[in-house]
Amino acid sequence: MPWGTLHRVSHGNILLDCDYSGRLMIKYIARRILQMIPVFIGVTIILFVLRSPGVVGGDPIRMITGERAISETLYNQLVERYGLDEPFYVQYATYLNDLVHGDLGQSYNKSRPVAEILWDKFPNTLRLALAAILIEMVFGIIAGIISAVKRYSFWDVLVTFSTSVLVSLPVFWLGMLLQILFGLKFKEWGLPYLPISGMSSERFPDIVHLIMPAITLASVSTAYAARIMRSQLLEVMGQDYMRTAAAKGLSHGMVIWNHGMKNAMIPVVTYFGLDFAAMMGGTVLTETVFNWPGIGYEIFLAIGQRDWPIVMGATIIIVFIVMAMNLIVDISYAFLDPRIRYGRQVA
Amino acid sequence: MRKKQPTGEQVAPVSGDATGAAAVASTEVLTGPARSLRADAIRRLKKNKLAVAGLVWIIIVILVAITADLWAPYWLGDPVAIDSTTAAERMLLSPSVDHPFGTDKLGRDVASRVVYGARVSLLVGVVAVAIAVAIGLLMGALAAYYGGIWDAIIMRTADVFFAFPYILFAIVLIALLGPGLQNVFIAIGVLGWPSIARVFRSSILSVKENEYVDAARAMGSSTRRILLRHIMPNAVAPIIVYATMSIGGAILTEAALSFLGMGVQPPDPSWGNMLDDARSFMLTAPWLMIYPGIAILTTVLAFVLLGDGLRDALDVKMKE
Repeated sequence: MPWGTLHRVSHGNILLDCDYSGRLMIKYIARRILQMIPVFIGVTIILFVLRSPGVVGGDPIRMITGERAISETLYNQLVERYGLDEPFYVQYATYLNDLVHGDLGQSYNKSRPVAEILWDKFPNTLRLALAAILIEMVFGIIAGIISAVKRYSFWDVLVTFSTSVLVSLPVFWLGMLLQILFGLKFKEWGLPYLPISGMSSERFPDIVHLIMPAITLASVSTAYAARIMRSQLLEVMGQDYMRTAAAKGLSHGMVIWNHGMKNAMIPVVTYFGLDFAAMMGGTVLTETVFNWPGIGYEIFLAIGQRDWPIVMGATIIIVFIVMAMNLIVDISYAFLDPRIRYGRQVA
Repeated sequence: MRKKQPTGEQVAPVSGDATGAAAVASTEVLTGPARSLRADAIRRLKKNKLAVAGLVWIIIVILVAITADLWAPYWLGDPVAIDSTTAAERMLLSPSVDHPFGTDKLGRDVASRVVYGARVSLLVGVVAVAIAVAIGLLMGALAAYYGGIWDAIIMRTADVFFAFPYILFAIVLIALLGPGLQNVFIAIGVLGWPSIARVFRSSILSVKENEYVDAARAMGSSTRRILLRHIMPNAVAPIIVYATMSIGGAILTEAALSFLGMGVQPPDPSWGNMLDDARSFMLTAPWLMIYPGIAILTTVLAFVLLGDGLRDALDVKMKE
């Protein structure tokens, strides 16, 4: 069923239709936001418990000081300073209150607020993720269309097998292979080569620095995008209205482009939205391989330095982005597909 | 009459009990000659060449990992010990007859380390996924069968876990738990259960709608008996598919964690920490990173292809 038509046909009167679905839409959004509240509380509880004394990390003061020997006075001062002598629920309330006010605490090593550090790094990760999404859209959609339209052909088999290889490939290994080939070997052979680390340099324009990290970050997602595109298009192509369109004498290309793509694209676009959020968390490996100064690399460095406020702060920010993106995707999905706001399941 | 959900019919019974036979009898009309659905699934799996290739590769890797002690140290060299007298002249040798995959910076045989790395990867894959499946099955079954408040609590908890990007959560957990193989099991197991629970829950819910479950209840079977004898065997197909694919995912996660220095610790070899070592010698000794990477890729790919094959053979509908 093409989205939209069912809705309009069943109501006839467009004005009534808009009003009715508008109210439904608000109800739907309200319901989704209400559903997010327990998840938000759950996430904060998990992160709070993880950073609390005795749960996994043992003594939190030891987590701060590491192996260094400290006097008892200093120890007690630290306990008081971080509010660790307060009861559990008071600590949680303080944590939640700080969080709501955008206070992610102070970095142990950099003596700067965590929020400030992350705010500096965020644009770099965003730039990398946007470039990766772009690559993913172009190659994922094209590969998926070719695969579906030329089903069972050599190209279909090639795309299907390549996607299996891509999802099985460790991303950091792919990054290293690219570095060896296009960075080191090309340089050795006197060919035009790519920078293997960092985000900017005197020698290369910034965009060139972006190429290999973006390809690496996009690799797995591109494979999934191609698979979803393929299966969606195949499903749509089996629908009655596609046969009707063909029977009306439209060319094969027109049928696929005008009738097929529009319907097949919705889940694919949804996937891009969710994947964009997931990339924020998935950048740790890619950024570490390429020394890309984003949030992921910052997390990796902070773990090495036992700088827990940065690790925890970055994690909760990323989880927020994922949750917000989920909400946006669901709402836009409901705008596009009336069956969602009527509370019906879409296969 | 209660409306049957379509997925209820698509899930192939795996056990040959009475209900399975009844389901076979009903599908006979559609598929022609009588044969058990399990035999049918095996026949379909055999026809899938990629899945068979994956299975063969998995069996080879398992055999290599199990028998490693019998031949690898003698034929290739010790994977861990460093012979300080000869280390200087044996380090970073390129692949040769004596050292098919070359040697590393401490003069150890890379092939031997790749062979022992297979043990780590398979162990992580199997143990971590077993933990995830055990918790997931229990939670999924509780949520689906008892419904109501149980369902709400368990599925909302699963939602909370889903809000965390997988690899990031694994990294943070290990950072707090401390590095080491045991904590890798825990992290992957704890993070894996919500997906299993979700798949199992929906698969039970669809199986529950079948008439033979009503019949069993009418005959006075206990809840436990209905769950174990009638629902479990029929709801398990998606879990087999999902677990197979998850083993590949767990191997990738272990490799990533070890690569970041958070999994298996040196000098013990793991494919991930070998790649970490290799980063310093990318240009001078590329074989250090080529072979462990190929080992990860082929092994994970084998599980992915087998999982795809099982999905088609058992006719399980899954979301990509």
